[in-house]
Amino acid sequence: MDIKALQSMEVLVDSVWTPAVASTQAADVDGLFYFIYWSCIILGIMVVGPMVWFMFKYRVKNFSRKAYSQRDHGVLIETLWSVLPFFYLVVLFVWGLRGFLNLYIAPPDAMEMRITGQKWFWEISYPEDDVSVSGQGVEFVVPVDTNVKLVIIAEDVLHSFFIPNFRVKMDAVPGRYTTLWFNANKEGLYPVLCTEYCGKDHSNMLAKVRVVKKEEFRAWIEKTQEASNNLPPVELGEKLYSSKGCNACHSLDGSKLVGPSFKGLYGRDEKIADGSTIKVDDAYMRESILNPAAKIVAGYQNLMTPYQGKLKEREIVGLIEYIKTLK
Amino acid sequence: MSDNHDVDYLRAKTGLKSWLLTIDHKRLGLMYLVSVLFFFLVGGIFALLVRTELLTHTETIMSAQEYNQAFTMHGVIMVFLVIIPSVPAALGNFVLPLQLGAKDVAFPKLNLLSYYIYVTGSLFAVYSMVSGAVDTGWTFYTPYSSQSSQAVVSMTLAAFILGFSSILTGMNFMTTVHKMRAPGMTWFNMPLFIWGIYATALIQILATPVLAITLLLIIVERTLGVGIFDPTLGGDPVLFQHFFWFYSHPAVYIMILPGMAIMSDLIAAFSQKRVFGYSFVAFSSLSIALISFLVWGHHLFVSGQSALAGAIFSFLTMLVAIPSGVKVFNWVATLYKGAINLKTPMLYALMFIFLFTIGGLTGLFLGVLSVDIHLHDTYFVVAHFHYVMMGSTIMAFIGGVYYWWPKMTGKMYSEKLGATGAILVFIGFNVTFFTQFFMGSQGMPRRYYNYLEQFEFYHQISTVGSYILALGLFVALWSFINSLRKGEKAPQNPWNASTLEWTVCATPPIEHNFHETPRVTTGPYHFGIEEGYSD
Repeated sequence: MDIKALQSMEVLVDSVWTPAVASTQAADVDGLFYFIYWSCIILGIMVVGPMVWFMFKYRVKNFSRKAYSQRDHGVLIETLWSVLPFFYLVVLFVWGLRGFLNLYIAPPDAMEMRITGQKWFWEISYPEDDVSVSGQGVEFVVPVDTNVKLVIIAEDVLHSFFIPNFRVKMDAVPGRYTTLWFNANKEGLYPVLCTEYCGKDHSNMLAKVRVVKKEEFRAWIEKTQEASNNLPPVELGEKLYSSKGCNACHSLDGSKLVGPSFKGLYGRDEKIADGSTIKVDDAYMRESILNPAAKIVAGYQNLMTPYQGKLKEREIVGLIEYIKTLK
Repeated sequence: MSDNHDVDYLRAKTGLKSWLLTIDHKRLGLMYLVSVLFFFLVGGIFALLVRTELLTHTETIMSAQEYNQAFTMHGVIMVFLVIIPSVPAALGNFVLPLQLGAKDVAFPKLNLLSYYIYVTGSLFAVYSMVSGAVDTGWTFYTPYSSQSSQAVVSMTLAAFILGFSSILTGMNFMTTVHKMRAPGMTWFNMPLFIWGIYATALIQILATPVLAITLLLIIVERTLGVGIFDPTLGGDPVLFQHFFWFYSHPAVYIMILPGMAIMSDLIAAFSQKRVFGYSFVAFSSLSIALISFLVWGHHLFVSGQSALAGAIFSFLTMLVAIPSGVKVFNWVATLYKGAINLKTPMLYALMFIFLFTIGGLTGLFLGVLSVDIHLHDTYFVVAHFHYVMMGSTIMAFIGGVYYWWPKMTGKMYSEKLGATGAILVFIGFNVTFFTQFFMGSQGMPRRYYNYLEQFEFYHQISTVGSYILALGLFVALWSFINSLRKGEKAPQNPWNASTLEWTVCATPPIEHNFHETPRVTTGPYHFGIEEGYSD
């Protein structure tokens, strides 16, 4: 995908601070944000104000002048400024904890979705409807005014799923489920950003969530289901090439990326790391998709995720048929 | 060599060997200073490369991989090679024995060893980063770090070697403070600089071994295939974050406490006034050191750690605000009715109060659980820790270098150049980093090579700010070079300061610091009162 187009999506903002509110929890987070913000401005003025005032009032030009006072303690004032902040901090802590628990514990009736982070794209699945979409900059849909719970995992390294307008964020960790939930209450299109550093294309690991009316949501699910079931193999393969992230490492124009290019791959003689040569046929491609470590092409590292058990048979066929067309 | 008694330490011995094998704490302090400034320049160049790349929202001057390596180099160099050794190893070495009225540190040969361990660790770190093309960020999070390059073991090893240098320095300082105080130098007659360095030494000794444990576990995992951090072997990548921050969060206080330590001495000298609430300031250093061990989990609020752990860490994090606040309030109270002299070191000290106030207060947003969820790993965090690490520690460090410069070199610097540099640094710093608070709260994630087009305007302002900042730092550097070339000879006590290194000791000091051991009868900040006024 074109980087400029990808990076042209916009976080909806309505002030210079936190972005526009688009979920039920965001308002509470913002309430606390602005409480801290205004109290910090007051506290900041209380510190910097006297500093600047004293700086001018008591300024001298040389060291022959002595100080007006050598008073070096005051029990009352020192006790006050050691103890009073504690109460302020407890207020912040309790308010923050309440908001956090609200973000952490999903309501039991929430609709469940699955999120998988992988270098460098998100896969979003709707398990109840057997639908999934993925790819860099992929757009997915959630119904408005509905509790949605995301169960998140990573395929390879740490990622983090962040929707600024909803004020939610959770790391995607390999080998462990994490969750977050939200209730989007404003229709619109909102960016999803990866916020845990994950390598070369970390900053392109974006997605878009579209919040729509419940009826529109059902329509979108059905349309997506149909589209993926009815594609001819080559077109399915072409779609998978970007949605499964093959494009991150395998080029179509013959250039060498992390892995060998797909251009003219089918029927080529490849040199394997152990010195032998193999002709790329259907069987070798199938093996290299499902268990890439088996025969690594010389000059490349074993970095690819095995797709054993992650692709349906017709998806494998689709990919092989698509690669065959890349002369 | 009896005729050498009155010759200053710079001229007491000559030749390269007399420097390379010196066990004089003052010469070692200078050697650290030069090394730290060198790496500060290198780390700064990487910072400028990073900021220049961010001028446009897609590629500007380098590829994504080069960008990732550049910010990694910037982070690793600034944290491990610059900020951690800056104040304790460079200024601490020079000043601490002088302020205590001691001839040297307790173990001078160990001190020399620490320096060479630091040099070895630094070279090793730079070598493994360059040869391994490390692009993991300074945090080396697994499993990315174990997959992206083979250098994670050697990098951790480098951090550990550097850590060992700071363990030894810390031990040396603690022993010196306990055993080598001049007669009459009671604990509460010590300058607050020493209290800060002492608290730092405590953390260095207790936290750094955890880094060694982490290293050992990584090696066990790599060589024996025992799954500890790597999920494909059944390990837990979040465990690495716990280990990393158990060292690195205390390390954050290894970085800030010495800055605070310098502050108290600067504020006292340039207000000609006793530090308000001496014992509160002294004990706040110790309590910050203690709490620093108990807050590492606030780096893991969105890592999937349990809600209970999140709550506990958030509460403990809030507590750090109290002793930090106490210090700031006491410094401002010290200014009240002082005789405030705005010499260059004082400009940096006042800058510290301003920038640390912003850095500290924005920490509240991040310590509070629900707000942190939104701000975590955004530019808000980047701005916050630059306000604390650079805006506070580095500013205090530069202020300290100006303050002790006459003592170290025997020469005065130009106040005009000093003040010009300070003002440029102040403007540049705020333009660079305050802008990042806006970006961060709007959702701009950190470590982004490309970014959403809507943030381009903020990034460009920030980049322009970084150029102003760099200009200011070069003016400061020039003021030092200029002073070495043609600075006036410094009087013994140009600041009318009251601590031993200025009152008793020659400028620059003689090789053994004092002709005879000083006797201390007063507190560290004994200044007079203007006639006609009283408490």
